[in-house]
Amino acid sequence: MRKFKEFIIEKLVLISGLASIFFVILIFLFLLKEGLALFKFVNPFEFLSGKSWYPISEPPQLGILPLILGSFVVTIGAAVISIPIGVACALYISEIAPGKIKEALKGGIELLAAIPSVVLGFIGMVTLVPWVKSVFNLPTGLTALSGSIMLAFMAMPTIVSVAEDALYSVPKSYKEGALALGATHWQTIWRVMLPAASSGILAAVMLGIGRVIGETMAVMMITGNSAVIPKVLFSNLFGFAQPVRTMTATIAAEMGEAVVGSEHYFALFAIGIVLFVISFAINVTADLFLHREHKKV
Amino acid sequence: MIKKIMLMSLILLYASAAFAGRDKNSIQVKGSDTMVNLGQAWAEKYMENNSGDFVAVTGGGSGTGFSSLISGTCDIAMSSRSIKDKEIALAQQKGINPKEIKVALDGLAVVVNPKNPVSKLTIDQLAKIFTGKVTNWKEVGGTDSKITLLSREVNSGTHVYFKEHVLRKMDPNSKEEFAPGALMLPSSQAIADEVANNSSAIGYYGMGYISLKQKAVHVAKDEKSSYEVPTIENVINGKYPISRPLFLYINGEPQGLVKKFVDFTLSKEGQEIVLKTDFVPVK
Repeated sequence: MRKFKEFIIEKLVLISGLASIFFVILIFLFLLKEGLALFKFVNPFEFLSGKSWYPISEPPQLGILPLILGSFVVTIGAAVISIPIGVACALYISEIAPGKIKEALKGGIELLAAIPSVVLGFIGMVTLVPWVKSVFNLPTGLTALSGSIMLAFMAMPTIVSVAEDALYSVPKSYKEGALALGATHWQTIWRVMLPAASSGILAAVMLGIGRVIGETMAVMMITGNSAVIPKVLFSNLFGFAQPVRTMTATIAAEMGEAVVGSEHYFALFAIGIVLFVISFAINVTADLFLHREHKKV
Repeated sequence: MIKKIMLMSLILLYASAAFAGRDKNSIQVKGSDTMVNLGQAWAEKYMENNSGDFVAVTGGGSGTGFSSLISGTCDIAMSSRSIKDKEIALAQQKGINPKEIKVALDGLAVVVNPKNPVSKLTIDQLAKIFTGKVTNWKEVGGTDSKITLLSREVNSGTHVYFKEHVLRKMDPNSKEEFAPGALMLPSSQAIADEVANNSSAIGYYGMGYISLKQKAVHVAKDEKSSYEVPTIENVINGKYPISRPLFLYINGEPQGLVKKFVDFTLSKEGQEIVLKTDFVPVK
């Protein structure tokens, strides 16, 4: 009887485990089926390199280059802001902060992760957007820069907690060895701890970026959503101080309108495939780094 | 991300299906964001008069309303534009026969920041501004500053109406588009907020959204016509050049609760609510 019970439980757990893979495969197949249908109407090269996005015109112009570049600009901006702060924060929490401050900081970071992105978007719209507009003297504050700053907040919790784990899993003997050799605290952190945890920190960075590129709501609310190719000029902070339209915001904003079975509808799914490929690549890279770290330790 | 969207839509689909099927006394009304407040006000008064009946009103855009009417997840679609031929064909494939009922009129206001000295524009100037041929306020009599264009997203009936009636001036062969640099904002309120904070912005929305923080531009059909303000009076007598009908779409002839609700919106009481929510009655 006991064995039978055990058997049932084991199988149930197995099914639950397989279910998630099964769903991922189903979703991917659905995405492929709907997205690839687009290429009966448009050739893939034109789709990826087209410069105009006018999906509801007759005939529709479905070029997603501005959208891809928009996503990249916002993501790069968010990475530039969140990586240094995130890694430094992880270093402080794991190496420097005394007990109580450490707990408070960790709690704070977890709280940051718990804020829904719509709320962050809304706060950004009311506070950050007017601020960006006046500080940089721009015609509008709805820009890639505002999006990047807000997304940096969203990437931070991921970066901090994964990087902190990586630092924590560096063997104590490394640190003790360095200190025993007469290295200062900072030298130990900079020359020993950081290199030893580097692959874990890289994984943290990749996961953070993965979170940023898939984010939708906040981006849609504060980046202005105009489908233009960002111009890299000094006067607009190398493309950051201008409105952009990301791939995610496009799907979210237009899915409701797209008539099922139209070119527009298939195009949105094709954007979905592009996004899927990008975040899959990022996650695999992160995984590779994590894996390397485990082997070494 | 994709997973999230699909999951959300599945949940919504089930929730709405469960909701609609649960109770014969309830109807779902969905569509145009322009009409959400109006629909909401109708629903409240209607439910007050007919306790036991339940009317749920949600927005999402005219296109969203049509797609749910076609997929059978709502009973009445609200729309600020006429249904497209493509949508009719699709509906008929699914055995749905959309019927149009005109319930109100709306004036589309073109708004700028109160600090902006420009206060009157012709349709032609508006078309040039929104297609990006005019990019500086000084070209239309304002100060030397770049124009920030604000538009609604493509799922908005207001977007489509403005494009067809202002940018393309009703010419079906015209290929004019919004300038690619135009900011696409997700709601009329977002446009109102941005115009209130940005002295170089210009946007458009239903006249119900005008407040003291924005200035409605006086619009003329052409240079010879008079410049008019979007008021209820000017929309009724046809002087204001950018006004449009608002519709309810239902499947086939109205029956039961749907008929009761539609009749209510066209009744004297229903049309008074139209006036109260800053739209223009049809009766």
